Amino acid sequence: MINVNINGKIVEVPEGTTILEAAKLVNVKIPTLCHLDLHDIKMVNKAASCRVCVVEVEGRKTLAPACATPVFDGMVVKTDTKKAVKARRTVVELLLSDHPKDCLVCEKNLECELQALAAEMGLRHVKYEGELSEFPKDDSSFSIVRDMTKCIMCRRCETMCNEVQTVHALSGLGRGFDTVVGTAFNLPMYETTCTFCGQCLAVCPTAALAEVNNVPKVWDAINDEKKYVVVQTAPAVRVALGEEFGMEPGTVVTGKMVAALKGIGFDKVFDTDFAADLTIMEEASEFVHRLKHGGKLPILTSCCPGWVKFFEHQFNDMLDIPSSCKSPHEMFGSVAKTYLADKLGVKPENMVVVSVMPCVAKKYEAARPELGHGGTKDVDIVITTRELARMINEAGIGFNHLEEEEFDNPLGESTGASVIFGATGGVIEAALRTAYEWLTEETLENVEFEALRGIEGTKEATININGEDIHIAVTHGLGNARNLLERIRRGEAHYHAIEIMACPGGCIGGGGQPYHHGDLEILEKRIAGIYSEDRAKTIRKSHENPMIKKIYEEYLGEPYGEKAHELLHTYYVPRIKM
Amino acid sequence: MDRIENLDCLLNKQKELEHTMDIRKANHDNTEYRELLICGGTGCVSSQSLKLLENLNEEIRNHGLENSARASITGCFGFCEKGPIVKVFPEDVFYVGVKPEDASNIVSTHLVQGRRVERLLYEEPTLKKKVHTQHEMEFYKKQERIALRNCGLINPELIEEYIANRGYEALGRCLLEMSPKDVIHIIKTAGLRGRGGGGFPTGLKWEYASKQNSDVKYVVCNADEGDPGAFMDRSILEGDPHSVIEAMVINGYAIGANKGYVYIRAEYPLAIKRLKNALKQARQVGLLGKDIMNTGFSFDIEIKYGAGAFVCGEETALIHSIEGGRGEPTTKPPFPAESGLWGKPTSVNNVETFSNVPAIIINGASWYNKFGSHTSKGTKVFALAGKINNVGLVEVPMGITLREIIYDIGGGIKDGKQLKAVQTGGPSGGCITADQLDVEIDYESLYSIGSMMGSGGMIVIDEDNCIVDIAKFYLEFTVEESCGKCTPCRVGNKRLYEMLTKITEGKGTEEDLEAMRNLAETIKLTSLCGLGQTAPNPVLSTMKYFYDEYLAHVRDKKCPAGVCQALLQYHISEDKCIGCTKCARVCPVSCISGKVKEVHVIDQELCIKCGACFEACPVNAISKG
Repeated sequence: MINVNINGKIVEVPEGTTILEAAKLVNVKIPTLCHLDLHDIKMVNKAASCRVCVVEVEGRKTLAPACATPVFDGMVVKTDTKKAVKARRTVVELLLSDHPKDCLVCEKNLECELQALAAEMGLRHVKYEGELSEFPKDDSSFSIVRDMTKCIMCRRCETMCNEVQTVHALSGLGRGFDTVVGTAFNLPMYETTCTFCGQCLAVCPTAALAEVNNVPKVWDAINDEKKYVVVQTAPAVRVALGEEFGMEPGTVVTGKMVAALKGIGFDKVFDTDFAADLTIMEEASEFVHRLKHGGKLPILTSCCPGWVKFFEHQFNDMLDIPSSCKSPHEMFGSVAKTYLADKLGVKPENMVVVSVMPCVAKKYEAARPELGHGGTKDVDIVITTRELARMINEAGIGFNHLEEEEFDNPLGESTGASVIFGATGGVIEAALRTAYEWLTEETLENVEFEALRGIEGTKEATININGEDIHIAVTHGLGNARNLLERIRRGEAHYHAIEIMACPGGCIGGGGQPYHHGDLEILEKRIAGIYSEDRAKTIRKSHENPMIKKIYEEYLGEPYGEKAHELLHTYYVPRIKM
Repeated sequence: MDRIENLDCLLNKQKELEHTMDIRKANHDNTEYRELLICGGTGCVSSQSLKLLENLNEEIRNHGLENSARASITGCFGFCEKGPIVKVFPEDVFYVGVKPEDASNIVSTHLVQGRRVERLLYEEPTLKKKVHTQHEMEFYKKQERIALRNCGLINPELIEEYIANRGYEALGRCLLEMSPKDVIHIIKTAGLRGRGGGGFPTGLKWEYASKQNSDVKYVVCNADEGDPGAFMDRSILEGDPHSVIEAMVINGYAIGANKGYVYIRAEYPLAIKRLKNALKQARQVGLLGKDIMNTGFSFDIEIKYGAGAFVCGEETALIHSIEGGRGEPTTKPPFPAESGLWGKPTSVNNVETFSNVPAIIINGASWYNKFGSHTSKGTKVFALAGKINNVGLVEVPMGITLREIIYDIGGGIKDGKQLKAVQTGGPSGGCITADQLDVEIDYESLYSIGSMMGSGGMIVIDEDNCIVDIAKFYLEFTVEESCGKCTPCRVGNKRLYEMLTKITEGKGTEEDLEAMRNLAETIKLTSLCGLGQTAPNPVLSTMKYFYDEYLAHVRDKKCPAGVCQALLQYHISEDKCIGCTKCARVCPVSCISGKVKEVHVIDQELCIKCGACFEACPVNAISKG
């Protein structure tokens, strides 16, 4: 332990502590901007590039960035001197001098960390004037819009994309004033290896990276009398949406959300959870099939479109191991435009399926040409949790005081197994609840597989089914997934089934969720919300969902059968690795 | 040449080859044999020195003189102003501005008839007569060549000539007679400091790296010379590549590294070629690679090319560039000596620093200590440029005054103009005024007067240069070369540049000057790396010493040097104008009116300040200011 003097206060800290961390311990607040410490998911952005956190260190000629300067024994730090305060102010003034002043109409208005910093510092005019950076907006993709005129070179997106996700789609480009974070050869995002996981925009402090705004499209559909608009909501949305209305993270707002969606004017409000149960029926069947018939193992989950695109680029030699199941919301769309449309007497071409997702990759996924049939797409429009919150506000709905309502049927009934899809480990746990009973023909009493839960990067469990040890792995974050897949490719790891989610924490940490601004506890609270919803359900196994039974009886026939294959399964395409 | 098996073998080889240097070192006339050394540096090569060499050899053959004369290339003589240079040994005759077609004259007159070619001799301005030998030239009298000891003496493409001149002896002695600690001790007590600009004590750097516990360590030679007008490192690598290789191996031995990298700009093709050739030769004779001189110590060197980013001269950026990443600096600590290339302890040293090392090992720390000032030992190579008579490369002992460099060595200011300032330290440095010419130059003194040693660029500014324009020139360079990572450097320097532009356009105010000073100070305090921290120096130092000139720009809207076009006005003197109409006829915008034989007038509103009238007036009736 070493002693540090910060503004006259002595603090004892372990070696390797930064000035910023030490200052926190003595309640000294140093402003930061580029710094982001998501320790639990191994993402620490220590670029020290913004220089907003500079402080005086005795004996040092220049000011030191508090976020990246380790303390030493006897170090004397002053954070509140005129010199330090003035320097920090100037740095923010410089950032503002090269930033569009369109805060009122900006995507990140009230969510922008630069805006918050300027407010905190009490800046009342932009001192420096001059040329503004000009970069063309990249809205080539279905998921992410890049407006690099708003980039402050914090490099969080790069750290996230390269170090956590290991996608390497983003890098610093150019020199001097024209330096910017961009793609290789300045390719449009759509042509890169980007998986559209959206973690870059989840950590972007400004609106340099934002989601593609699909809200106007939804309003147009709702206001089009010829269209029959059905909406579905993903499991992770219900434990995060409340945050947008000032509620504690993890608050389960399912009933209010349904009421709000009905208030907005959707013709039917359904639950992706229903389709998650359907996914389990198919995926568990596929797993059992592979297990019994010597098929390729491990089976990898395929619910996550970011993960799917990742393996299509990075592991395009292993396209035969992921499950062929479509993701739940695509299964929903497929069933909605056939089974449901038929039931409701709506022509599939007049039906608009809207998905409310915690995810921006789902926007891209919905546009994949193979996901649809007969000329209609399975899913027409995808909006994120954040976009839904905006729609609720736009519609003038007082969310917090809404009376809870129920999902519509038949595609609104779900089980506890489906809701846990929202957290890392949930899909495989749900699949196990079903596969176990199918294989053993016994009732699974304890449905909670604790070993597969939690925020840890990679989790493993071995479950004995009929005397055979079934090895399961769960991983989230594409970097963790890469490590695991490389081990499998090298023959060093042997599993029967693996769940992989692109986003740290699973869907609750998706790129379309309310911004966590670096507070990872929020993710933990959402996970807790997910499991409490599971426990609150009377039916907690997908195959016991009465509506699922009904749809197989009435329409799909056998799980993993011919009709199911036509509607609920897909294929993958090799993509270039760059 | 056979593999060098041990120190004796090397010393024997040295003895065997020593005589090849006799003629060059003897400096007398008592032999019939003549050696002609032609500068093979980039500057002279681009002035056809290689064609000249070819012609000389052909003439030598034509005259049947193969047994009594030979011509070969050598490294930079430093007197680049008058290149290409041909030096004739043993008489020490120094021919300047030699063209390929002069070859026959040199051979027929000098070699055959034994007479000097008068017209190719250098005319010493102080004596106002042609001088016959290099020793008589003022340019060389105050120079002390340690880093450049072999430039102009040996053929850089032949390892034999390097060995003949005690090359690799230092390495041999280190490996076989000294412990790594001894080596570090010598470098420390010699007082050698980093020549790349920072001036950090080299011995300390080595010691720090040597103390790190690590399975792998690296030695990196920083050859990413990027200051405008600087070519010290290039000249050393072109003229004496083995000295750098030898020093890198010594560095490796001292810290326990087995691998070295030379990070060199790809724009230095000749230096790369010579370096590659030298590496190959050193490997062939076992002075590089596995089990050097059978000592069990192995060290090899790889070349890495820089793509021409100035910031890659910063050691952490350089390291990232070698690693294949974007060349941008990262926060220190950790320092490279602790965690450098691929996270391993790394000793990064500049080319010139390295080239001093073998000389220090051979001659001892106390010998090296004799040169230099109290705090800065040894010599420093400077690249003299700008408005100075003797543009070129000079190596002088630290502690010499600027006056001696500018007037004694540099031959004074071009065209008899008034010296205004000397810019040292390149874009990171500052301006030194004529009043400070007697300051003894070392790391500390330059820093104390608002400039810095930098890598050794020295640009002379005369009365015709506008100081605001000069500051703008340097700042423009750093604005473009900033890696763009940190805010103060990326945005701050750009804003500073915009303010300077505003001033040179006559739109600046006195408040702008204050704002500029404030911003410049903040950039220095808050930037991440040395580039940003020093970028405002040209602005701050010129504001400190030439504030009146800044004031003239903002208050009087005048550019005293007549450089800033927007502030310029051309006037026709009523007294002098003879009404010849020439000015009106050359004016591209027809803004000059007047009848024949009557006084002409310029319409200031329309004038575009092109200066055509000024040039055309036959009676100097037009003034600018």
